Amino acid sequence: MRFLILFALFVASSAFSQAIKIGELNSYKVFPAFLDPYKKGMQLALEEINAAGGVLGRKLELVTRDDGGNPGDAVRVAEELISRENVAVLMGTFASNVGLAVSNLAAQRKILFVASEPLTDKIVWENGNRYTFRLRPSTYMQTAMLIPEAAKLKKKRWAIVYPNYEYGQSAAASFKKLLKAAQPDVEFVAELASPLGKIDAGAVVQALADAKPDAIFSSLFAADLQTFVREGNTRGLFKSTPVFNLLAGEPEYLDTLKEETPDGWWVTGYPWREINTPEHQRFLSAYQKRWNDYPRQGSVVGYVAVHAVAEAIKKAKTMDTEKLVEAMKGLQMGTPFGPIAWRALDHQSTMGAYVGQLARKGSQGAMVNWRFSDGARFLPPDEEVKFLRRE
Amino acid sequence: MSWESILIQLLNGLAGASSLFLVAAGLSLIFGVTRIVNFAHGSLYMLGMYLAVWLSGRVGFWVAVPLAAVSVGLVGFFIEFFLLKKIYKAPELLQLLATFALALVIKDAALWAWGPEDMLGPRAPGFSGAVNIAGSAVPQYDLLLILLGPLVLVFLQLVLSKTRWGILVRAASEDREMAGALGVNQRWLFTGVFVLGALLAGLGGALQIPREPASLNVDLRVISDAFVVVVVGGLGSIPGAFLAALLIAEAKAFCTGLGYSEATLVIEFVIMAAVLVWRPWGLLGRAQAPAKNPGFAQAPAEFPARKVFIAGAVLLAVLALLPVAAGGYTLVLLTDMLVFALFATSLHFIMGPGGLYSFGHAAYFGIGAYAAGILVLNKITTMEFALALAPLAAGLGALLFGWFCVRLSGVYSAMLTLAFAQIAWSAAFQWNALTGGSNGMVGIWPAPWLASKTAYYYLTLILCAAAISFFWRAIHSPFGYALRAGRDSPQRADASGIDVRAVQWAAFTIAGLAAGVAGSLYAFSKGSISPESLGIQRSVDGLVMVMLGGIQTLTGPLWGAALFTWLQDATARNLDYWRAVTGMVILALVLLLPNGIGSFFQKKK
Repeated sequence: MRFLILFALFVASSAFSQAIKIGELNSYKVFPAFLDPYKKGMQLALEEINAAGGVLGRKLELVTRDDGGNPGDAVRVAEELISRENVAVLMGTFASNVGLAVSNLAAQRKILFVASEPLTDKIVWENGNRYTFRLRPSTYMQTAMLIPEAAKLKKKRWAIVYPNYEYGQSAAASFKKLLKAAQPDVEFVAELASPLGKIDAGAVVQALADAKPDAIFSSLFAADLQTFVREGNTRGLFKSTPVFNLLAGEPEYLDTLKEETPDGWWVTGYPWREINTPEHQRFLSAYQKRWNDYPRQGSVVGYVAVHAVAEAIKKAKTMDTEKLVEAMKGLQMGTPFGPIAWRALDHQSTMGAYVGQLARKGSQGAMVNWRFSDGARFLPPDEEVKFLRRE
Repeated sequence: MSWESILIQLLNGLAGASSLFLVAAGLSLIFGVTRIVNFAHGSLYMLGMYLAVWLSGRVGFWVAVPLAAVSVGLVGFFIEFFLLKKIYKAPELLQLLATFALALVIKDAALWAWGPEDMLGPRAPGFSGAVNIAGSAVPQYDLLLILLGPLVLVFLQLVLSKTRWGILVRAASEDREMAGALGVNQRWLFTGVFVLGALLAGLGGALQIPREPASLNVDLRVISDAFVVVVVGGLGSIPGAFLAALLIAEAKAFCTGLGYSEATLVIEFVIMAAVLVWRPWGLLGRAQAPAKNPGFAQAPAEFPARKVFIAGAVLLAVLALLPVAAGGYTLVLLTDMLVFALFATSLHFIMGPGGLYSFGHAAYFGIGAYAAGILVLNKITTMEFALALAPLAAGLGALLFGWFCVRLSGVYSAMLTLAFAQIAWSAAFQWNALTGGSNGMVGIWPAPWLASKTAYYYLTLILCAAAISFFWRAIHSPFGYALRAGRDSPQRADASGIDVRAVQWAAFTIAGLAAGVAGSLYAFSKGSISPESLGIQRSVDGLVMVMLGGIQTLTGPLWGAALFTWLQDATARNLDYWRAVTGMVILALVLLLPNGIGSFFQKKK
């Protein structure tokens, strides 16, 4: 009997070793609101791929780890995935500093790293490297997507509020640069940096009101956004001042606003209820069937990231890292948001985002007047990218 | 800024002060009487928020608030009665470790119970609108809070000064032993105070829900704010806490109002540093009566027996031979353990033999790491020189900050170290040009001949073993004896010609230097460095390692660092609720081995 069990274990383990391992690390405990749906998206993609026979005739296996939300632990976890789990590919990470640290490790250890979440421009530009590819539209791209609508308003006096770390700082910098280019007479009358997760909303709202802006650009999200919105609603800040807010249309952040959802804000996000394209419908029904829950932005990111790795392996027809890297360059694939390409130039995917306005529907927030912004159209000219990215 | 906006920002500050005061008052009470540094206070506040949001949907906001507060008070009762009661006699600060573990458990419990998404509570019925003041809309609820803070202050003052219970509480905060000798049942007094403190934390949290969502990150944010308020106000002083809350909230509001919003990152710590340098016991605090029974009476540490040396040599030999048998990841994990063992040993040196608590030791770890990164990335020196020079930067930092810190004692000194660490942290966080800001710096790799994991492991092993044995030697040198004399009896040490402060200052600097060695080794092993390497969390990790190992043992920090690093690694890899499991293991260890894992080895000796 004991022998039989041992034998069964041996067979099982050798069957496992046949699988292609993807090492995934993320800050599951630090950003659970985004990363729980993300994990579900990954799981769904994995099951789809394996149900269709896996890749190169082998099953795909995800080895997920919590990276503790800080670069030091993340690098250790990545080392463990590389040397103990012998994963073929690394993917994941959320915060920019963690993403950059793992990206740098990937270059050092020469392993493909698909950065799914981090938004920092630097991961593909200033600090870009051969082994790192990034999926989500970056801070720059998402900011650029809001610019056409912002310029259309012809408002002269703008105030900016942002969470005080790299994402907020670079969103503010990109916004100023791009809007100034689109509308040279624009004036930036106030810039407020609030510590991440600790916004002093009353003071911020009053300081914004004092500046008497014609419009406001914000990159707040999560708890800061909710606190800011409630305070601004109570104090009437948004009554006559249009607001542009990155990410606020993502279900992760929008759904928590409920009755507070401010009408008319321009945001980037994911109006999952209303996207009727066949590729999205297919994803939506599969996701709802599997999880009995609706997808969030994170679900799409996790789903596409796993598919991207599978597509790259299929294209390379080998697990050799250098060939995988070459396969990722210029890889074309379908996603719930439509086809995307992974640019050979800077390893950024052209995944887009939805731009629209917030509206309250009953006691729920929703996105209206939305349209899809293809990521490929919101990237700087190639020369500029080449200048930033000097490998 | 117009007069109108100054008035509005003043009101904003007042409302903020009230919420700060509520949470700080409970912490101050608890510390004043029981001397417990309650790290879980922020978690109780968070629990109050979640409970209030959850209950509001069922019984309405105004019933939910008192209900949530009372429930949190009840949680406080269980914590005190079943956990803390058992470790009052343990070494000082062990309660910090226990409450740290509790904070981990509570966070995961909240995640399990309410899920990952932030929960925005309802507006307070009857106070949902705004009032027009000087042309601006001010939320009615803010005005309510502005009234509520002083009301709670007056209520607490009345309870403390007019009731018999309050008088006993004050007697106990003044002199625990004397109160006990006069027949006051301290046990129930402690329980009562802890429950009241927890209730206040829960109330503070519940009252905050119309202003911000309940989220899982609230606990850490609140605990650091509350500590700052308590210390600035003076430990155990309720009016002091109110004054400090007012000062800090107003400063924050005006930083934002006047266009210095970046400063809100660190303003409270700057205020704390300034206040502590100016008034060593906070605004309204008084000099602490020296604790007469800090845990067990400490036997003078003997010179280790020969067996210990042999055991140490064997351990070192095993570690040196390990790369032959074990591969890649074991070495990575061991490198981390060694680095943290050195970090914990350096912290232990000032805390154990030195008797100087530090809540900000990560500053020197981080300065060392950043110095190494800056030297290498800007091509100022080679990696080898950077490794030699970077710790000097940390040592300089410790020399500078230490001068201030050794002038204070107990928790005040510890909080001053925290203030300096936070100031260093915010410099790293904000100084984009030099430190890369919040992203930090990447590409800090060792020189090619050290690049392999085995080579780097040996480098770490040699440097850490050398530094740790230096500390062990130092403890048993005349310098170490002087340091311990200063800890055990400052007056006597002074009388016998020891310059206690100078000795402590030197120890602080040496410890900072060694933490810098650990930090720069860490930077090169990870290839990157970012601000949280000198953040509060890293400092707390260091404390946890020291306490886990046992503050009064020699080898404790080693075991503490190894166990804590291994525990986090193993649980995070295999479990979803790894934080809770880590917390529970620590709790079990606290109850089983209150003197630390190191004491386990000592008994065997």
